[in-house]
Amino acid sequence: MNTEYQFQHKHLLGLADYSTADIQHVLDQALHFREILDRPVPKIPTLRDKTIVNLFYENSTRTRISFELAQRRMGADVVNFAASNSSAKKGESLRDTIQNIESMKIDMVVVRHQSPGVPHYLTRCVDAHIINAGDGAHEHPTQALLDMFTMRQYYGRIQGLKVAIIGDIRHSRVVRSNIIGLKKMGAEITVCGPKTMIPLTAKELGVEVSYNLEETLAWADVAMALRIQLERMEHSLFPSLREYHDQFGIKREHLDKYPNFMIMHPGPINRGVEMEGDVADSERAVILDQVTNGVAVRMAVLYLVAGGLRV
Amino acid sequence: MKHKAKLLESDDLKRTLQRFAHQFIEPFDDPKPIGIIGMQTRGIFIAKRVAAYIKEFYGIDVPVGVLDVTFYRDDFRSKMKLPTVQVTEIPFDIYGKHLILVDDVLYTGRTVRSAMEAIMSFGRPSSIKFCCLVDRGHRELPIYADYVGVKIPTHTNEEIRVFLKELDSEDAVYLVNREDE
Repeated sequence: MNTEYQFQHKHLLGLADYSTADIQHVLDQALHFREILDRPVPKIPTLRDKTIVNLFYENSTRTRISFELAQRRMGADVVNFAASNSSAKKGESLRDTIQNIESMKIDMVVVRHQSPGVPHYLTRCVDAHIINAGDGAHEHPTQALLDMFTMRQYYGRIQGLKVAIIGDIRHSRVVRSNIIGLKKMGAEITVCGPKTMIPLTAKELGVEVSYNLEETLAWADVAMALRIQLERMEHSLFPSLREYHDQFGIKREHLDKYPNFMIMHPGPINRGVEMEGDVADSERAVILDQVTNGVAVRMAVLYLVAGGLRV
Repeated sequence: MKHKAKLLESDDLKRTLQRFAHQFIEPFDDPKPIGIIGMQTRGIFIAKRVAAYIKEFYGIDVPVGVLDVTFYRDDFRSKMKLPTVQVTEIPFDIYGKHLILVDDVLYTGRTVRSAMEAIMSFGRPSSIKFCCLVDRGHRELPIYADYVGVKIPTHTNEEIRVFLKELDSEDAVYLVNREDE
């Protein structure tokens, strides 16, 4: 362990701001938080003097519950704000909302918003620590961290892993954060999907591009299927869900044909679209491990960010 | 680093740990319902050595766990550096066990308090006792050690340095001035 290393971030806005050593440190520390989740009393008092608001302008079940559990397991006071039943509906601006909330003595804000850059903007409005829980198609750093944690749990390393990311590359913040993080950690990445869902500039991110699922699965150690996000699609990018599944859905036969790859999915799964139900339930799928690990990784992030840089 | 005084030589240390082995076992009939918990970092190695002596003298395998109390500390935000969390691993059921917590130095007592809180999240032991190699005084909480290697009154600007072969070049305990660092 490098004794000189010190985590220095006040926020987690995206993995673009984090160095390889930072990511490594988060993953290493998350291992110890993962252990707490298996204790008879999975609760620690580390953040009991912190108040955290979860500011969700976009619907989310898994991420919000995961963050909330992570916060409660560490003893923090938690307030949930969902835009659907709030002052945002009455026309209050984001800046006014956040400053009002901060006036109630909030230490940390976990934010999800449909517009890219909102977490960055909030750092200029308030003093609180900001954690990005997904901003538009920009970044979703804790998802990428938990994905990397799960890969490392399965393979014991990230360096040199061949990771295939399959699906809607264009609209996905999960993919952006994963590409940034995985490249820093030394993995090889291929993105795979219909041409309409892969930006022409994808190669500039330093990844391989494939339009052939079979080739991609034959190559991969990890097959990460992304959810087809119907709500984010302004035009129709493929003829039908069935046709998408025929060409890019992971099927039972792929598991037999290519014995190597493990299966990940950030959830929620559309069974029969991104993959067959059998595939999601197979022993090579770590989708539920991802969910468990998500709590541990978020605990590590909260711990490090809350204590990382003295305000 | 300038050493003000060498408090324990390698042989002293050995004798102390052997004494702990006898003391840990003494109060119990067979089977011995005890478990030893070493506290990060040097407490772990002290705990393991004492367990090895118990095995040598009595032929009994005493389970040893490892505890990191970072999560339970009351001072983690007042330090300049955020403490790095280390491994906690208690590979046995502590329910109904008589546990002995082992650390190298007892000072304010805050770490021991944190450790007791941490242990309780693993279950309900029958009792917890505390063992330290050096008691340097200056308690800030009503905590005492059940088993003490040496008791050394110190100044607050002094520090106790425990060196163990598993991590350091020798087995020894030194008294140093804080400015010497």
